[in-house]
Amino acid sequence: MWSFISSLASPKKFFYLSNKLLPWLTVLFLLLFGYGIAGGLIFAPADYLQGDGFRILYVHVPCAFLSLFVYTVMAAAAVSSLVFRLKLAFLVIRHSAPLGAGFTLLALLTGSLWGKPMWGTWWIWDARLTSQLILLFLYIGIILFQAANSQKKSGERATAILILVGFVDIPIIHYSVYWWNTLHQGATLKLFAPSTIDASMLYPLLAMIAAFLIYYAIVLLLRMRYELIATQANHHWLQDKKS
Amino acid sequence: MTALLHFFHMGGYGWYVWPAYGSVLTFLVAHWFFPWRRWKNYLHQQNREAS
Repeated sequence: MWSFISSLASPKKFFYLSNKLLPWLTVLFLLLFGYGIAGGLIFAPADYLQGDGFRILYVHVPCAFLSLFVYTVMAAAAVSSLVFRLKLAFLVIRHSAPLGAGFTLLALLTGSLWGKPMWGTWWIWDARLTSQLILLFLYIGIILFQAANSQKKSGERATAILILVGFVDIPIIHYSVYWWNTLHQGATLKLFAPSTIDASMLYPLLAMIAAFLIYYAIVLLLRMRYELIATQANHHWLQDKKS
Repeated sequence: MTALLHFFHMGGYGWYVWPAYGSVLTFLVAHWFFPWRRWKNYLHQQNREAS
């Protein structure tokens, strides 16, 4: 079992797999993103209360979802790097952190643009918004910590521990709308209960979330592939691929 | 033309909707384009060195 896991996590195998996957993922992303954008901006009917302002949902929700998802992936990679000492795990952390920070910033920005016309304010120290802001600070802290310790082997271990400590913020963000009386609405999409959104609005939203997940995979593969080949001097893998 | 203006107006929410979409699209394009261009430059350089 262990040999199977370690063979999957082999950098060389990862490189070949990423080369095969990238074109397919790109096509899938473009299809889902095209459907999601067209559905969200054109085909979904205006909300009865929020009018066309609700269309921010189609970029806000995927960004917010990805901000949590990327951190969860980083936490899983941190466990893998600490327990199994997988070489690829730290690369996942290093290249996920800027993307996660970007999605978190965008979730806050688009949320603010949605909040102004609906709540009458750009920002409020609401439990959901504040815990999301803390997540942004966590991402920034991890990026800075990595930059400061990039030459030290112990830095990788310390970064992994920092990520696992910060993971406590993820359930707080998710449950903040239930634990506290907040201005932010509760979850629209539920895993074990019917969604409180009409199908005409739901399907483009699901397509956008799927597209953003695939986008994350594409950019992560692009960044990790470059690091494995160019900065870690594995140029010969390119020749192996051609032969 | 009127239909297009109506679409961009977004029922009076255009000033909020379009910056939201614009910022997200800019981020998505930038984070895809720069690693892709770096990889292409690297491959180009490798091919030049090999030939």
